[in-house]
Amino acid sequence: MTTAVKIQLAVATLMFAVAPWIVNAAPHEATMGLVYKIYFFHMPSAWMFMLAAIVSGVTSGRYLFTKNPKADATAVAAAELAVLFGLLALVTGPLWARKAWGVWWVWDARLTSSLMLFLIFVAYLLLRQFGGPGSEKLSAGLALFGMANVPFIYVSVNVWRTMHPKTSVVPTLPVSMGIPLWFCVTAFLLLFLALLSLRSLLERQRGRIDALYLAEDEA
Amino acid sequence: MSGDFDRVSVVQLGRHYGRRRALTDISFTAQAGMIMGLLGPNGAGKSTLLAILGTLLVASTGRVEYGDVTAEHGGAGLRARIGMLGHDLFLYPELTARENLIFFGRLYCVADVEGRVAAALERTGLAARGDDPVSSFSRGMRQRVALERALLHGPRLLLLDEPFTGLDQASALALVGRLREEQARGVITLLATHDLDVVDGLLTEVVFLNGGRRASAGPAHGPLRERYREAMQP
Amino acid sequence: MMSPFLRVAALVVRKDLTVEVRSFEVLSTTLFFAVTVVLIFAFGFVKEGVPLDGVAAAILWIALAFSGTLALGRTFERERQADTLRALMLAPADRPALYAGKLAGILLLMALVEAVLVPMVGLMFQAPIFEAPLLLAGLLAAGTLGFAAVGTLFAAMLVRARSRDVLLPVLLYPMTVPVMIAGVRGTAALFQSEPDPGLAQFWLALLVFFDAVFVTLALWTFEPLMTD
Repeated sequence: MTTAVKIQLAVATLMFAVAPWIVNAAPHEATMGLVYKIYFFHMPSAWMFMLAAIVSGVTSGRYLFTKNPKADATAVAAAELAVLFGLLALVTGPLWARKAWGVWWVWDARLTSSLMLFLIFVAYLLLRQFGGPGSEKLSAGLALFGMANVPFIYVSVNVWRTMHPKTSVVPTLPVSMGIPLWFCVTAFLLLFLALLSLRSLLERQRGRIDALYLAEDEA
Repeated sequence: MSGDFDRVSVVQLGRHYGRRRALTDISFTAQAGMIMGLLGPNGAGKSTLLAILGTLLVASTGRVEYGDVTAEHGGAGLRARIGMLGHDLFLYPELTARENLIFFGRLYCVADVEGRVAAALERTGLAARGDDPVSSFSRGMRQRVALERALLHGPRLLLLDEPFTGLDQASALALVGRLREEQARGVITLLATHDLDVVDGLLTEVVFLNGGRRASAGPAHGPLRERYREAMQP
Repeated sequence: MMSPFLRVAALVVRKDLTVEVRSFEVLSTTLFFAVTVVLIFAFGFVKEGVPLDGVAAAILWIALAFSGTLALGRTFERERQADTLRALMLAPADRPALYAGKLAGILLLMALVEAVLVPMVGLMFQAPIFEAPLLLAGLLAAGTLGFAAVGTLFAAMLVRARSRDVLLPVLLYPMTVPVMIAGVRGTAALFQSEPDPGLAQFWLALLVFFDAVFVTLALWTFEPLMTD
């Protein structure tokens, strides 16, 4: 673990420990009262999910065209984080919906788009696990396509959703809710970076072990 | 880069899958007019080596040089000069022999496709069955068509993976004859096989492979069986 | 003379057609499967003889997605039989041209399936398929192209992978969600009691844009994905 990662983890842990108080201090929102505060964890999760998806897509593209194993290591690490943060977003979303409007699932544009992108990265992990040898390249192709698909998924789900009459009204929360939101976003970002570094390192080391096996075999 | 070449050099070639070594430090050179045998037990790496030579696989370490050009720089021009007879024959079973040959002939931009295909069918002795689907052929007949497919575009490098599998005496002799014809035209032939008796006397060079490595040469002359046995000693 | 790209693509299409015509295996099984899917969904969604509102479009596109996946799997399974896909990669042909040829073959197959399914859906659900025939055809064409473009690439790259039969739908369906949404909503806009061609045009535009991006991406990544 490098110093940078240690610092990231330490600060992130500290921030998460303090977070409940900060979130508590945020003002109550007009229509939903206390419940909306899950948003402070939901939105950073969703952002980290998107960030992970983009990182995975970009590094996959690099791997596909340069065959650099480091790029592949980062790609798979980011894909796993995409699934992790995506899961967090998809769990906190319905929890919020349940408390706010009494339903577990709302065909909200963002929730549904996230679900689709989440499925793509689950498929990525399934492919790597069950695809047999050579699946690193194939999953790289999948991640690249997934990333290219993000705007299409969002637009199509968004327009689709607005065409549907809804039983409840989703209020659009202002993006900037001040300090609590940015605090949580920073905490999540530090956690994301730390996990990405650690997991990429793990993957590179796995490659190095394979190389050592090969070298030992030669001796 | 579509120049012709007169030799193929394999330099410290290695190929691995994860932590499994398929090939280690293979080096040799094959010249025009050579028929080189790749001999070894199952799993020795013969098919992998042929696939790398055919540009179907990329080497993990080392390189292959076709004349002065490496595989990455060879591109389509290089592939036009390679002919391969795989273990699975590379023929569409639903198509007729003629249709298969014409399709691949056109894919390889062969001039006067129909004429060349007719001549090739004559050579196989299957001109009468030329318009029957390949699925109705015996293994030996399919093999003959597959060989003509590999040779249709006049390649410089011919790669054969276990070509004698399932062949009767007559077909095997016909194959040997065909290979000698190509040899006379300066083709470089690499042939992986188990059938030592058939190829004894045909091969001008031999490379023994065992566990992905080159096994020691053994005696330079004598019956192939003896040389093989010597080379496979640990 | 044709460009080498088109020449190779045309060669591949002709070869695929010739192979298919010998037995019509892929066409007949895909068609039968598509019809069965429509019927199964119909049983699910028709209450007391009256179809639920707006299901016709959904059933049509779902049947196309399912049968398309089947057709893709079968087409590439054929290329696995005598390892002919490797033989194609061995040839000096331009690799993206091979992809284009395979794609064109799939498109032809799906067009034939659609020629049967669309009238069938029109009949069974009283859907107004002749209201805006050009728009409907456009939606079907653009949607099928998007689905097939991604599907052909994935099916090709999975040929040498393990678990390829189950992995193809697992990979393909999430990736083609925009195509499904646009196809279904656009078709539904044309089938509803007061057709909305403007909305259908929006979805058509989205599909065309999707096609442009993904066909380009597929052509670009085909060679690195197929070479080992």
